[in-house]
Amino acid sequence: MHKRVDTGIKPSEITPESAFVNRRTLLTAAVAAGIIPSIMSCEAATIPTGGVFDDVKKWSGSATEKANTFEEITSYNNFYEFGTGKSDPAENAHTLKTSPWSVQVSGAAAKTGTFTLEDILKPHALEERIYRLRCVEAWSMVIPWVGFPLGDLLKRFEPTSEAKYVQFLSLADRTQMPGVRYPVLEWPYREGYTIAEAVHPLAFVAVGVYGKVMPNQNGAPIRTVMPWKYGFKSCKSIVRIHFTDKQPQTSWNMAAPNEYGFYSNVNPQVDHPRWSQASERRLGGGLFAPRIPTQMYNGYADQVASLYTGLDLAKNY
Amino acid sequence: MTQRSVVAIKLAIWAGCLAPLVLLVLAAAGIYGSLGANDVETVLNVCGKTGLNLLVLTLCITPIRRSTGINQLVVFRRLLGLFAFFYVCLHFLTYALLDLGLLFPLLGLPTASGLAPGEQLLADIAERPFITVGFTALVLLIPLAATSTRAMQRRLKRNWVKLHRLVYVIAVLGLVHYWWQIKSAADVTEPVLYALVLAMLLGVRIRHTLVNAKAAVAPSYQSVEPPQAHEKTGH
Repeated sequence: MHKRVDTGIKPSEITPESAFVNRRTLLTAAVAAGIIPSIMSCEAATIPTGGVFDDVKKWSGSATEKANTFEEITSYNNFYEFGTGKSDPAENAHTLKTSPWSVQVSGAAAKTGTFTLEDILKPHALEERIYRLRCVEAWSMVIPWVGFPLGDLLKRFEPTSEAKYVQFLSLADRTQMPGVRYPVLEWPYREGYTIAEAVHPLAFVAVGVYGKVMPNQNGAPIRTVMPWKYGFKSCKSIVRIHFTDKQPQTSWNMAAPNEYGFYSNVNPQVDHPRWSQASERRLGGGLFAPRIPTQMYNGYADQVASLYTGLDLAKNY
Repeated sequence: MTQRSVVAIKLAIWAGCLAPLVLLVLAAAGIYGSLGANDVETVLNVCGKTGLNLLVLTLCITPIRRSTGINQLVVFRRLLGLFAFFYVCLHFLTYALLDLGLLFPLLGLPTASGLAPGEQLLADIAERPFITVGFTALVLLIPLAATSTRAMQRRLKRNWVKLHRLVYVIAVLGLVHYWWQIKSAADVTEPVLYALVLAMLLGVRIRHTLVNAKAAVAPSYQSVEPPQAHEKTGH
């Protein structure tokens, strides 16, 4: 059961027609002029065997707050496929096999099929982005992810004009993921965004944390990060990407539609039906650290608010 | 039961009931263990869970006393009940002072702009059903703790028993409070287990009352209260 919400965003608004028409000429010119390095000369991203990425650029837009420690980021996780307790993923996720890994791409796109993780990563240059992560449970962290823009990945599959939304599905293998034996959520875990959200420059695909290969409990080997949305809107251990013209089902929305909407943008003015979203506990501050006020769109309002112009955020929570 | 075994059991109860708090303090001080990434949540959960566990244990005393005939068990009931109250208070204080940050205005320290912990506390109690329910349980525990002394028991006579039946209501409210804050409606294994135990304890209690009522209308039967002769005198 899902509500159809029209964002009123036409494909032509996401990609201005002029840019669309001129893209190839512009790109060719830019590559020729050396402004954009051509794919051939680019450092090909791979999952390093040693566990540490060696060529990661720092992104200029990173959050300036103190990042949480690697220990905090990797010991306190919501990843119900490995158990519903916060320490369960760190304890149980060692059974996840992340290599070989492949991702199936389907739906309204020109290039569909099954891609190995190596294929997925190859053309992208990795960068470190420090993002705030606000959980719907009113705690937050600051995390240095390693990855690349989600839009760069999705555009490679050449979504058609039918593709209004994109859905992501996590692995749901009960032999590797003990939590999948329990029907606490609709498995496989599924999340989705509008295409406009998914190709927004802040939307991110992460393959690492703190310069290291993504720990299993954080959604290895490949996950999305949507910093202006509540944390559960990220999809971990992705095995499928599906382009569609209908608003896709999302696991938490299926579990409690009145509590978890399709958008689930961080919004201090719209409370969860059971608790307030006005403030949050930034983890790592100690027992006596006061809460901090939650920011609209988790502090990314300047960049993303325009995605939701005219949308009633109380109704489209 | 000899006086000595009563003292020994009491000491064991003190040790067992203080253990969660001691472990929290050791973890907070960094001496042993850790409170984890979300320290406030850990303290909140440990205190709440211990409070609920002790409430359930308190409710177990009377059925055990009745089936074994060891009437002295009643002295442990008070101790367990008071420790349950203690942890429920700690749970509430952690929420109000640390989680919401009421500690800071109380100490005259500034809070982040836009946040008013006092107002937030009142709004939570009034508007968040799971907090309303939990807070009600805490408030209802106060008269029980206040009248837990032997002197009050003697003074209130039969009313004491009636008043202290509230503990069943409190335990149910505590369970509802616990159940209601779980994020996924399907992830309720633990609250279901609590509910089963509570239902069993309530069932035993109701059965006892019904049997007693029957005994009262049929004078040929003696009360089913275990006769004093069965009480163990120690060895």
